[in-house]
Amino acid sequence: MMLSIKNLQAKIGKKQILNGIDLQVNAGEVHAIMGPNGSGKSTLASVLAGREDYEVTEGEVLFNGKNLFDFEPSDRAAEGIFLAFQYPVEIPGVSTINFMKTAVNKIRQYRGQSPLDAVAFLQLMKEKMKLVEIDQSLLSRSLNEGFSGGEKKRNEIFQMAMLEPKLSILDETDSGLDIDALKIVANGVNSLRSKNNATIVVTHYQRLLDYIVPDFVHVLYKGKIVKSGTKELAKELEAKGYDWIKNEAALV
Amino acid sequence: MSKDNQVLEEFTSKEYEHGWNVNLEADEAPKGLSEDIVRFISAKKNEPTWLLDWRLKAFRLWEKMKEPTWANVHYSKINYQDIIYYSAPKQKKSLTGLDEVDPELIKTFEKLGISITEQKRLTGVAVDAVIDSVSVATTFKSTLGELGIIFCSFSEAVKEHPELIRKYLGSVVPITDNYFAALNSAVFSDGSFCYIPKGVRCPMELSTYFRINAANTGQFERTLIIADEGAYVSYLEGCTAPMRDENQLHAAVVELYAMKDAEIKYSTVQNWYPGDKNGKGGIYNFVTKRGLCFGDHSKISWTQVETGSAITWKYPSCILKGDYSMGEFYSVAVTNNYQQADTGTKMIHIGKNTKSRIVSKGISAGKSQNSYRGQVHIMKRASNARNFSQCDSLLMGDQCGAHTFPYIDVENQTARIEHEATTSKIGEDQIFYCLQRGIDEEAAVALIVNGYAKEVLNQLPMEFAVEAQKLLALTLEGSVG
Ligand SMILES: Nc1ncnc2c1ncn2[C@@H]1O[C@H](COP(=O)(O)OP(=O)(O)OP(=O)(O)O)[C@@H](O)[C@H]1O
Ligand SMILES: [Mg+2]
Repeated sequence: MMLSIKNLQAKIGKKQILNGIDLQVNAGEVHAIMGPNGSGKSTLASVLAGREDYEVTEGEVLFNGKNLFDFEPSDRAAEGIFLAFQYPVEIPGVSTINFMKTAVNKIRQYRGQSPLDAVAFLQLMKEKMKLVEIDQSLLSRSLNEGFSGGEKKRNEIFQMAMLEPKLSILDETDSGLDIDALKIVANGVNSLRSKNNATIVVTHYQRLLDYIVPDFVHVLYKGKIVKSGTKELAKELEAKGYDWIKNEAALV
Repeated sequence: MSKDNQVLEEFTSKEYEHGWNVNLEADEAPKGLSEDIVRFISAKKNEPTWLLDWRLKAFRLWEKMKEPTWANVHYSKINYQDIIYYSAPKQKKSLTGLDEVDPELIKTFEKLGISITEQKRLTGVAVDAVIDSVSVATTFKSTLGELGIIFCSFSEAVKEHPELIRKYLGSVVPITDNYFAALNSAVFSDGSFCYIPKGVRCPMELSTYFRINAANTGQFERTLIIADEGAYVSYLEGCTAPMRDENQLHAAVVELYAMKDAEIKYSTVQNWYPGDKNGKGGIYNFVTKRGLCFGDHSKISWTQVETGSAITWKYPSCILKGDYSMGEFYSVAVTNNYQQADTGTKMIHIGKNTKSRIVSKGISAGKSQNSYRGQVHIMKRASNARNFSQCDSLLMGDQCGAHTFPYIDVENQTARIEHEATTSKIGEDQIFYCLQRGIDEEAAVALIVNGYAKEVLNQLPMEFAVEAQKLLALTLEGSVG
């Protein structure tokens, strides 16, 4: 098993946000997480990636059999966890190219590999650029600065392609994308899919799941997974909204 | 009797008159500053009378001046009588290998990516003959010589090119300019001189590295660079390697003189010892740097990366006298721990259609204080003058301070002035974004800071820029988390 989350509880300040999450993800699988605004989807992603503000109060997370919480955030990335941010951050004066060069070589260093030389890096970049149909001029600009919403999301997927993670968590990567861009991003994700890696897609829209077809769909509500199913569940949610789930949850 | 000896004789016979009796053979002047010490320095250097007189005039003025207190820096009072103002250039104690050098220093060198040869040169380890810097310098000098470029130590220039020194020394920074400039004029030890003849583009970056006997120019350095009509020169001062010095007070003067259509680009990396983590020790750096755009269409550009010193007091300035002349100031000043920097520029617009551009990037960390102080003065005659200023401050942590003191004086209504200022913090979300991509915290800070300072670093010559980037990261090491 690649990722095993058991009874995960976390809070920020005094506010409890995750209330006992259980989730198992195997290599080769795609899981979709849906749920109303504020239910804790991004929080879950941040906790897995190791954001400091969140305090884990209960539970355990194993990543490829190792206790995830033993790893620093940057080491988690090097171990193969990638988070495509819901709100990608701007870094003025640092181009995506430069950013990725640093990231790729830091991760290689962690794995005991020698840094990529300029030629090899460029080659890798060219290949991945094609995959997500992203323009080099965008990658030469300051990271995310002045990028359109869609460009930011596409840039996240480009980075994912560059780093070839084992577990990718895509936090609302589809929001803000036009139909064409959505297809391109989905295409990119699909072509990176293999039996050795896994993907968690956080989304509000079933539409994305037509392109990235999930093996499982989970509904997160008030910091708990209250329902799991197949891709049919996503269709049901699309048609009926969340009220019936909220009602079900209230009855438990 | 040679002329030099005559001067000496004159001096020694005057000695008694001043009731001061010190052995001229001595390698070092006694502590303190007096007219006699000034005479002693001048005699030691076999200087002509006019230069001695110039020094004496400076000394007498300095005595009447008061140390400035307007800068946003605090330090215990300097005792000017407790300083030795002359000591003969000493050969550094020669070490036989790098294993004799402070391992901390070697670690820093390695982080900066400084080559072994260079490490040896900087620490005074004897370098073998093949890579002898003297031979490099000799080749270098002959190339320059063919073009008529003069590049030598200041003392050498006084002997070889007295007419140039006499004409231009103090023409940009007069001895009365300020307290530290007056002090420097009275007691300056040595420095660099550079003259680029009419229409010549200096084909290489000039750096003190290539100047023989550049070592030990001491605490009162004097530099004069003259670009004749249509000439171009790019000059590099300092190096990224940490510079230690027993002298606490440094008061250098740099004068740049650009004639019609000439361009001077002056880049500095200052990395003097900043003191320890608790703010003990460290260099006081009080520098006067000024460029005169004398001729029409001339251009002077200052670029500085300031990371060292306990106290930095420095305002490289441009006097835009020629019509259509242009002044630029690009600065990154980093302070960490207890460092204090008060730095900026002055752009004095005198000529018509003059332009200036100021880009200042302050970075404060630890408990340091970082101030930008800038003046833009548009004089009456300077119609259509333009200035653009961008002053940014980046704070790391909440115990440091960033301050900006912009002064704008406009006497001509056709002037156009734009001033932008920002203050930002390195965001936790920026750091987390980097961490999530496998970039550890130190590297993340380096990346973000270098991005922030990019516009300035881009102004530096290529190889220098790469070193400067590493230097920024190193200076801020351990300042987050
Ligand atoms: N720094 C914080 N301080 C206080 N509350 C926070 C903080 N960060 C998140 N929260 C709260 O935690 C809850 C979960 O937020 P989270 O961003 O995980 O939701 P989400 O499921 O991703 O929502 P959305 O679909 O809108 O993206 C919200 O109520 C949010 O306001
Ligand atoms: Mg969210």
